[in-house]
Amino acid sequence: MSKKLKSNLEVALIYLFLAFMAVIIGYPLLWTVGMSLNPGTSLYSAQLIPDNWSLVHYKWLFTDPSSDYLTWYKNSVLVAIANAFFSVVLTSFVAYAFSRYKFTGRKYGLYAFLLLQMFPVIMGMVAIYVMLNMIGLLDSLVGLTLIYIGGQIPFNAWLVKGYFDTIPKELDEAARIDGAGHLSVFFKIMLPLAKPILGVVALFNFMAPFVDFLLPRIILRNPENFTLALGLFNFISNQFDNNFTRFAAGSILIAVPIALVYLFSQRYLISGLTAGGTKG
Amino acid sequence: MSTANPTARKNHNPKLAVILSILLAGLGQLYNRRYVKGALFIILEVSFILTLGQFINYGIWGIMTLGTLAGTDHSVFLLIYGFVSLILIAFAVTLYIANVKDAKRDAIRLKNGEKVPTFKQAARNVWDTGFPYFFVTPGLIMLVFIVVLPLLFTIALAFTDYTQYNQPPRNLLSWIGFENFGRLFFGTGSGDSNIWQDTFISVFTWTIVWTVVATTLQIALGLFLALLVNDPRIKFKRLIRTILILPWAVPAFVTILVFAAMFNDRFGAINTDILAMFDLAIPWLQDPFWTRIALIMIQTWLGFPFVFALFTGILQSISKDWYEAAEVDGASRMQKFSSITLPHVLYATAPLLIMQYAGNFNNFNIIYLFNEGGPAVRGQNAGGTDILISWVFDLTFELNQYSMAAAITLILGLIVTGFAFFQFRRTRSFKEEGNI
Repeated sequence: MSKKLKSNLEVALIYLFLAFMAVIIGYPLLWTVGMSLNPGTSLYSAQLIPDNWSLVHYKWLFTDPSSDYLTWYKNSVLVAIANAFFSVVLTSFVAYAFSRYKFTGRKYGLYAFLLLQMFPVIMGMVAIYVMLNMIGLLDSLVGLTLIYIGGQIPFNAWLVKGYFDTIPKELDEAARIDGAGHLSVFFKIMLPLAKPILGVVALFNFMAPFVDFLLPRIILRNPENFTLALGLFNFISNQFDNNFTRFAAGSILIAVPIALVYLFSQRYLISGLTAGGTKG
Repeated sequence: MSTANPTARKNHNPKLAVILSILLAGLGQLYNRRYVKGALFIILEVSFILTLGQFINYGIWGIMTLGTLAGTDHSVFLLIYGFVSLILIAFAVTLYIANVKDAKRDAIRLKNGEKVPTFKQAARNVWDTGFPYFFVTPGLIMLVFIVVLPLLFTIALAFTDYTQYNQPPRNLLSWIGFENFGRLFFGTGSGDSNIWQDTFISVFTWTIVWTVVATTLQIALGLFLALLVNDPRIKFKRLIRTILILPWAVPAFVTILVFAAMFNDRFGAINTDILAMFDLAIPWLQDPFWTRIALIMIQTWLGFPFVFALFTGILQSISKDWYEAAEVDGASRMQKFSSITLPHVLYATAPLLIMQYAGNFNNFNIIYLFNEGGPAVRGQNAGGTDILISWVFDLTFELNQYSMAAAITLILGLIVTGFAFFQFRRTRSFKEEGNI
């Protein structure tokens, strides 16, 4: 076999494998789209390519009086904005102190962050439930947001601190010689230079309420307070084969925007993660 | 407040300042002629004792006894009050130590003849040394109450007898030592055979198998695809990368629920559309073995794109010189891969890969959303695909076995700490120090 032929054969095999992967990736996604276009609600009678496709489920989500879909959307957006904003503020404060100052407890604080980011919030769920109940924030979006903001600190403080460390110290030293104080170094030098990683943190925390269903499930009770993930889950957990097509329609409406955001920002996200992560 | 006297005060005694500040925070400062600071410390201490003293006293009593009157004392609340009290005490002790140190430092300065700083200077000083603390405080408070306190509470719960038959406020909880752990490890304490021990062993082994197999598969597939797409002969790289990243971009809870429907035994697409072509029907949700296979396949589908994207970035950053040098030396493709590519990508991504293992170890979402840990298995109180964390969830919210759930959480936490130690060894930033 000539070298050229061998090379061509290899390339063909690679394309074949990639095509196979494309089918495996595409099939469930397209199947969901197909399901959402089925006029019936039962999974059993649904077809991949419906004979008489319709947008009836999409219409139901937005117009039916018994549908809370828009409320859930609004709830999720509110929680997402609050979470993104406060997470960035708190995290950058903490990261600035840890990156630029020497203080008692700094080293143990770093160890603690590294350790705590491995513990999922679910481990303390009984206490979280009881405490929210004690202060009357159970079944409220404020309570949910608080838990999100607190829970993200270890991971993101670590990430942002790693990024701050890559900003040369000469910059803030020069600013200090020119008379800049602690705050102006932070606001005028660190924050503008750290925009990429702060963008990553904001994006992660904006997305979290849309894709997380566990915490809302523990904290929220009233369907009017549900976030999207929990509301959609209830579509099918209540009567599994009855509402799947409706669930598919509702899911597509949140999956598409989220997927687009991820696709457009993936380079950004990955480089942020590696920069913060490997630098430590 | 400043004294014009530059000479040393030989008779000013640092020891006395320390003793005074131990007696009452602020006294030492007054002795050091730092009147404003001293007054602030005294006000702080007195108001702390007046406002929180009773609460702390109640909390400490609560955490020690867990209540004495069934129906009135709520053991769970008492436990939380107790931990809040302990946190407040820790905070107060830290301030107190700072007060004593401060008194000693100022006294030595005064003795050596340094000027007592003016109020403005002192305030400036506090702002400079205190700045990192001010900046950390809001985050720290959130962290303590939302992450640390719940973890402490869970640890404490593991040593109590909080079950579905023994719930506050109707009943009181009590400290029972390591009894819950005995049940898990040695099958002691429970009359009905060794259900806890049996379940623990089978859930634990499956958790390990799940973590190792699913994570390794997703990393291997991600690496393999990154290598393929990185091949210079391949065209349309952008398009291919976008397609391969799709499973990561779509929210996982949506895809898992979609897969759950597709794997449905009776009317899921896998059995009715694909396997029907080969006259096969696999009990995906009824047989633990096949459920496990399905879960591993789905997790590979969900997890490889992130690794793929990660590796693609690293592959592009490896210098071509390495490969050219290797070619001159006549290295084979395998040799180039194992001595250049692999070390590079693994070195650069090791912490993130460890996080992948840790993530799957606690991957509650996929287990719960796919089949709620099911199918049920005879002779144990966890489903056939339950991993530790989803078992904990079931025990808490379905079976109300709070203490056993907490005990398992504690074991989980110890294992997770093990993962963290791998991370500690790899991080360099501990060597870097702050500049002020």
